[in-house]
Amino acid sequence: MATLLDQINAVTALNVRSIPQRGWMSAASVIAVALTITVLLFFLALANGLRATVEGSGSEDVAIVIREGSNAELNSVVTRDQLAILATGPNVAQRNEAPLISGELLVIVDGVKRSTGTNANMPFRGIGQEGLALRRGVTITRGRMFNPGTNEIVVGAGLLREFSGFEFGQTIRIRGSDWQVVGVFEAPGTVFESELWADIAVTQSLFNRPNVFQTMRVQLTSAAAMEAFTRWAASDARLEGLEILSERAYYARQASQSTQGFMAIAWILGIMMAIGALAGALNTMYSSVQARSAEIATLRIIGFSGWAAFFGTMVEALALSALGGVLGVAIAFLAFNGRTTSTLGSGFTQLVFKFDLSPGLVITAIVVAIIIGLFGGLFPGIRAARQKPQLELAAA
Amino acid sequence: MTDLIRLTDVEKSYTRGKEKIAIFDKLTMRIEQGDFVAIMGPSGSGKTTLLNLLGGTDRPDKGSIEFDGKNIEKLSEGKLTAWRSANVGFIFQFYNLMPILTAAQNVELPLLLTRLSPKQRRENVATALKIVGLEDRAKHRPRELSGGQQQRVAIARAIVSDPKLLLADEPTGDLDRTTADEILSTLQTLNRELGKTIIMVTHDAEAAKFAKRTLHLDKGRFDERELAA
Repeated sequence: MATLLDQINAVTALNVRSIPQRGWMSAASVIAVALTITVLLFFLALANGLRATVEGSGSEDVAIVIREGSNAELNSVVTRDQLAILATGPNVAQRNEAPLISGELLVIVDGVKRSTGTNANMPFRGIGQEGLALRRGVTITRGRMFNPGTNEIVVGAGLLREFSGFEFGQTIRIRGSDWQVVGVFEAPGTVFESELWADIAVTQSLFNRPNVFQTMRVQLTSAAAMEAFTRWAASDARLEGLEILSERAYYARQASQSTQGFMAIAWILGIMMAIGALAGALNTMYSSVQARSAEIATLRIIGFSGWAAFFGTMVEALALSALGGVLGVAIAFLAFNGRTTSTLGSGFTQLVFKFDLSPGLVITAIVVAIIIGLFGGLFPGIRAARQKPQLELAAA
Repeated sequence: MTDLIRLTDVEKSYTRGKEKIAIFDKLTMRIEQGDFVAIMGPSGSGKTTLLNLLGGTDRPDKGSIEFDGKNIEKLSEGKLTAWRSANVGFIFQFYNLMPILTAAQNVELPLLLTRLSPKQRRENVATALKIVGLEDRAKHRPRELSGGQQQRVAIARAIVSDPKLLLADEPTGDLDRTTADEILSTLQTLNRELGKTIIMVTHDAEAAKFAKRTLHLDKGRFDERELAA
């Protein structure tokens, strides 16, 4: 006798080659799986892109100081006195004999989303003189950096792509004051690209927030210096109520908050759609087994085993699901991978990022498609295997 | 002649709902090697059930079925399947060919269960198709063949693994008279020249004339005189 594998190969080849005879139903099943995978990947790629952008923004050797208990910068306050004390801390990097620090203030201004024409909140950040030096990978790609003490702003390239009203060279009116856009900067894959930057003193003054800082950035001599700096700050009563953490840790926390919702939607919606696709796959495979009942009975009479009938049906279901999975991944790649989008970040401001279909997500999607195929083929496969090899059935 | 098949006190019944329907009650019969038997009888008389029992596609409730001196009724499912593929060829009323396969591929199906090499399989398929006169239709699909040609392909499939026993269930039931006679002549040739033992269920008295003998089955019982003849 031939091995079971030979029998499975023969029956599988028969089943797969006869799929065109059940073309519409098979196509519907493939499309159902493809749609499921596309929707699942939409949200997972959204969450992945958002996480990559937020997490990719931080450095290990830059400390960010916020008020304890503040989930976002908008809720935080750091006083000028505290700023001055922190500048004297251990292992603070120096440039031209001055500490590399930046007291910052974040305010919200209005922008217009290009795709919808609707208003959206834009993050307008006042930064200190060393604010640019504290952010690695940021380059001015057009124009120049703003001059301290002037109403000049530089705009992130990501923000410029998604929102109108901040074009290079324009003079724009914000809260009763005119501002000139003198530069465009790029910081690929970071949250910084979603921001407008201006001088901190001018920002405090024109937004009526004199002497108020929300965060402070401190460049330390190394990542290892973070612990000593934090310990030192904790021992000073004047700095009580402040939280110090690395920029990377801060953004990782932000990323977790931002992406949890998308991940939950992805899986809830994905599972619901997967159940629908599973129903479709079951229907297709039961119909397939029903349509081939005489063939299956004939093969069983000739001498093919029930296992061959079972695996033949399983492989057909898996093939259809895998095809749907590949189609879904292809649609996802073509439709949205690498596309820029924006969402409301943790500071109630728009955050620009790209859909990111990582290899891991593609593998996840294919695994989901295969799981749909496995369950879609299991019960019809059992029905096929249980088909009795009898003449009256072969005449069905 | 030696007996190829011997049924002894075979009992078989089916349950439909709560009702138990007896098909055979202590059925005893024997078929000699090289015989060509036509089995006739009204619907529900047990003809197809008998073929299923003889072909190892069903099991008796009681009694024994010997094939070539060996009991088959207690073989495991796997062994019974293996026995069937080695010893029995089936011919169906509606041919039961796989529509997506060519004639040659259909004929090759039983050989996929053997250890024969692809080359040996091709040779055996060519021989079987030649025996039924369809060597020039090897690459045709069933839909490209007439009913009679399809049944010839089914016969080639039944004999390709050289089984001792051929079971035919209404093999001409779907064919016109002339084509039916051609098919029956082919079966007759297989019986006379290749020594195949053939058991054919039919409603057609003309078809039964091609057999060496005819047995009438009614309510699960054969005519005792015919059986003894």
